[in-house]
Amino acid sequence: MPRLRNLNMTLRYEDDLKLFKSRQSRLAMVALAVVAIALPLSITDDFWLSVLNYAGITAVGAIGLNLLTGYTGQVSLGHAFFLGVGAYSAVFFGGTHQWPLPLWLLACAVMGGLIGAVVGPFALRLRGNYLAVVSLGLVFLGIHVFTNWDSVTGGPGGTSVAAPLKLGPINFGKLEVGNYAYTRNQGFFLLVWAIVAISALFAKNIVRTRPGRAMQAVRDRDVAAEVIGVSLARYKVGAFVISSALAAVAGGLFGAYQQFVTPESWNLFLSIQYIAIIIVGGVGTIFGSILGAMFIGAAPQIVDKFSGSIPLVSRSPGGSGFHLTVFQLNQVIFGVLIVLFLVLEPRGLAAVWLRLKAYFRAWPFSY
Amino acid sequence: MTDFLQLSFAGLALGALYALVALGFVIIYKATGVINFAQGGLVLLGGYLTYNVHHTWGVPFYLSIPVAMILCGMVGAAVERVVLRRMVGQPVFAVIMVTIGLLFVIEQVVTGTWGFNRLNMGDPWGIKKFTVGDVQLSVVNLWTIMLAALVMAGFFLFFRYSRLGVAMRATAFDQEAAIANGISARRVFALSWAIAGAVATLAGVMLASGGSGLSPEIEFVALLAFPAIILGGLDSPAGAVLGGVIIGLTQTLTAGYQPRYADWLGNGFSSVMPYVVMIVILLIRPYGLFGTKEVRRV
Repeated sequence: MPRLRNLNMTLRYEDDLKLFKSRQSRLAMVALAVVAIALPLSITDDFWLSVLNYAGITAVGAIGLNLLTGYTGQVSLGHAFFLGVGAYSAVFFGGTHQWPLPLWLLACAVMGGLIGAVVGPFALRLRGNYLAVVSLGLVFLGIHVFTNWDSVTGGPGGTSVAAPLKLGPINFGKLEVGNYAYTRNQGFFLLVWAIVAISALFAKNIVRTRPGRAMQAVRDRDVAAEVIGVSLARYKVGAFVISSALAAVAGGLFGAYQQFVTPESWNLFLSIQYIAIIIVGGVGTIFGSILGAMFIGAAPQIVDKFSGSIPLVSRSPGGSGFHLTVFQLNQVIFGVLIVLFLVLEPRGLAAVWLRLKAYFRAWPFSY
Repeated sequence: MTDFLQLSFAGLALGALYALVALGFVIIYKATGVINFAQGGLVLLGGYLTYNVHHTWGVPFYLSIPVAMILCGMVGAAVERVVLRRMVGQPVFAVIMVTIGLLFVIEQVVTGTWGFNRLNMGDPWGIKKFTVGDVQLSVVNLWTIMLAALVMAGFFLFFRYSRLGVAMRATAFDQEAAIANGISARRVFALSWAIAGAVATLAGVMLASGGSGLSPEIEFVALLAFPAIILGGLDSPAGAVLGGVIIGLTQTLTAGYQPRYADWLGNGFSSVMPYVVMIVILLIRPYGLFGTKEVRRV
């Protein structure tokens, strides 16, 4: 039926599995890549660049969490712990031992994956609420270890991260193309978003193939999945390994970008933030993780920047009557966002995007 | 020996405190199947409401507690009605996150209204202590233990003998069957949140009295109560109390002996010891000591 191919219909299962379903989507990807490369050239403002950099780093971790929670259905409040593992791997391999960029990033992923493989089997024994609370315990144990393992983590005061950012002749920390010198933020933007693209492609390839279908079967009903021959041990632990490896890469990047890490930053709030990102972005979508990371990552900084013009908000605590600081306002916005999205749009921004796309695709018959 | 007795008493008191917080979790979980991460927020709100009733409205301290309990219970019921009611039938993960979102909102409303300063609760017992043998017993600890025992006894009587309590148990057991028998599941849900709010107020008051003062930090106790509820089993009030006492004792005994005998575990190991105990026990009994094993069907 070649004539029907041009309509927006998926006729064969193979087509449904394709990475790029149409020529337009392939073109759109190329356009996106061009924009990503051109963007740091046109933005020189460090504020917006750092917002985008943090969003990109967060997106890598969020993709990992979405594989675990969104696709495999294992609720983890322990994501911050794995981010911390990655950051301290960057401190140790990148900072102390000065391994080159690809190697220390790989070392982060391996460390995260290994520890994920140790924690993963818990998910075989515990389910739902109980698993969530155990993974919460992991965060506290993590902070304790990070605080007390002075020789690597620098103790409660934190430690600096001097991981090299050189990939062969390209130094992302001080990028020069021709006679144009990029700032550190601009170079980092390219590095971070390249890794986001690689992680997204990696994750997308997992979820559209056999392992991804197995993971979704585990999520939807694990006993049924087991009955039809999906190995729970393999896919639950596997999901933990991949998700924590990605989290560790994000943590490593975070450390390298920020150049300083403290044990207290890998706290429960960070885990919650990641869960909020996949909820707001869209549970069970790779694209949604990136959208969510940009949204949740950018919102507080934008509120902070424009806080002067928001009523009832002051810059510092104190004074009388009911008022909020910027920090508090951000917490409230954050909480309200989670509640609103879960109650009103449980499928997140990704679903909003799909609806918009469907609207314009079917235009002018958009009903 | 004196050390041990002293530590054990402190552990028992801490355990009673955890038990008070844990009972709030359990009653909501039992009736609605929701782990309420906002329980810490209710503890916080309860403490500050009591402060407000006592100091700002000038109600005597002992009377201000029940007033605050009623107020906080109403807030709990309202939260259930407005937010949680819409989440019925949603996945566990979504419901957990909604309660976390609520926690953020409650926390900021409280600190926005009452500020961050440490406030004096104005409780009559303060830092009073008396000595039995070589062991010092502080009045606030005795009150906490007594209140936890009272609340537990109250729960027991309520679930055993009152119509509403039996209705709650029926709803927890099988919602549809309960509705078919003319029980209003809505009322049961709202009531369970109201009771949780009231119990949380007691926990908040006990946390903030006895010289420690009222500050936004008291909500973190809820995080430490998690090991207690998980240990006892999410749906068992008796388990919550036992879990609370085990965790409380573990924590104080670790604080007392770990620096001497196992220093390599690091500073402040006692604050993470509850989680270690929790993880170990869950690996042996995945539904806690008294939790109902979930029957899985395809």
